[in-house]
Amino acid sequence: MMASLAAPETAKTVSEKLAQLDKDVKAAQSSADNAWMLVSAALVLMMTGPGLALFYGGLVRRKNTLAIMMQSFALMALITVMWALVGYSLCFGGDGHFIGSFEHAFLRGVGADPNPDYSGTIPQLTFMVYQLMFAIITPALITGATAERMKFSGTVLFLTLWFLVVYAPLAHMVWGKGGLLNASLGGKFPTLDFAGGTVVHISSGVSALVCALYLGKRTGYPKQPMPPHSLVLSFIGACLLWVGWFGFNAGSALASNSLASSAFVATHFGAAAAALSWSAAEWIKNGRASALGAISGAVAGLVAITPAAGFVSPMPALAIGIIAGAVCYWMVTKVKALFGYDDALDAFGVHGAGGTIGALLTGVFAQQVINPIFGADKPVGGLDGHWSQVGNQLVGVVIAWGFALVGTLVLLKIVDLITGVRVPEEHEIEGLDITQHGEEAYNLES
Amino acid sequence: MMKIEAIIQPSRFESVKDALREIGIEGMTVTEVRGHGRQKGHTEVYRGREYTVDLLPKIKLEMVLPDALVNRAVDTILKTAKTGKIGDGKIFLSRVEEAIRIRNEERGENAL
Repeated sequence: MMASLAAPETAKTVSEKLAQLDKDVKAAQSSADNAWMLVSAALVLMMTGPGLALFYGGLVRRKNTLAIMMQSFALMALITVMWALVGYSLCFGGDGHFIGSFEHAFLRGVGADPNPDYSGTIPQLTFMVYQLMFAIITPALITGATAERMKFSGTVLFLTLWFLVVYAPLAHMVWGKGGLLNASLGGKFPTLDFAGGTVVHISSGVSALVCALYLGKRTGYPKQPMPPHSLVLSFIGACLLWVGWFGFNAGSALASNSLASSAFVATHFGAAAAALSWSAAEWIKNGRASALGAISGAVAGLVAITPAAGFVSPMPALAIGIIAGAVCYWMVTKVKALFGYDDALDAFGVHGAGGTIGALLTGVFAQQVINPIFGADKPVGGLDGHWSQVGNQLVGVVIAWGFALVGTLVLLKIVDLITGVRVPEEHEIEGLDITQHGEEAYNLES
Repeated sequence: MMKIEAIIQPSRFESVKDALREIGIEGMTVTEVRGHGRQKGHTEVYRGREYTVDLLPKIKLEMVLPDALVNRAVDTILKTAKTGKIGDGKIFLSRVEEAIRIRNEERGENAL
């Protein structure tokens, strides 16, 4: 009996072994990708708390330190809950042109199996939690423009609504299946946005400008001096942002592959080049290079390289960084003074301007050898021979600007009616830490 | 008894204190203060916004001394606190009516 069955059994064993091998290889790849993506998710959360909280916290006056940090932290909790209920589904459910669906509301169907539309090798749970971290930091960036004068209640309500009305549709349009601006899943105007130049930085930066204009200037601005209370905190925050950004950009490869390496390298080079160009501009103008200038330049470079990270090689990354550092320096020192708006911590000057430059330059510098997103041998960016991509980028930029402008203005009007947006002048003078939260950042005599 | 109030550059404080100790002055009260005389402040620039900081950090020393020690103390402070640049500070002298040690209620120069 043994002998007669030997031949078919061997055949079966070979095919079984191959199938097993196939499964093992897939499992190994999934493990590797999943490990990197979980680390990346944690890195991106670190950008908000403590990264952005420290960066902004040091830039405000001492009496508003906890208030601005608390805004970032509140979003870590608030957006997380919103994400679980409907946020993830509105961004990544369904295949609409403008917004997702309720397919994954309450995280229905989000488990260990991958979502093949977005990331075929990692559990959808990982993809979901990774994307959540982007949704947290984006509204947090806006608090840089509303700093030192916006009510906590108004901030919480406004940013929750903003996440639903502005962020979710934009994220779906750019990254979601079937989205109007999606570059690889059937969009009408394929906009390249590797890690969020449009979705994160233009949306938050432009909304920040609207907030600054709507709220009006801080009491005493610009006559009264309002120097940063601790550039040490800002320095630590900026360095944490730089490190966290590797998760933001390299993680956006959604796998532990060579594209992630490419994005990692481009990110680092963009940041370094922009730190140098901002510092150089300052040195020429003031005769000195400041610590605040160097870290602001690095952040501007990180912003601008964000949409380009997975599309460009190191030399274009340096070019994007140099341009972004100089332009953002000009925005926060010259343009802001010229128009007189009080973008307290320069959320628009850095994120709005840097994001816009980055989005447009991505259209110029994107390379098919780095990321053949339109198919093998099809040129991607302008220098690749596909100049109409700059036009696509422009469409993306215009839509993101328009969406952020209108959405933010309408929401501010609504929130103004419900909770009010600005604290009374005497509260502003006393400081938001005490008036909004009943505590102080520094009790040096206790 | 005289009271010496000396407002000096923070960078000279350690030298002044050591020199005073060498001539036998043990007690003093030190305060970190801000102010300016003829010295103009400096300019700080944060993201293109210029701020003039005209109140500069100084150290104020206060000590009450027996008459016999006053001249030597003043000479010592002058010698050690001087850098020759604007902003070196000032010394003020004033007469003191009475001194009382709280612990045992000694009065006058004995209380110093």
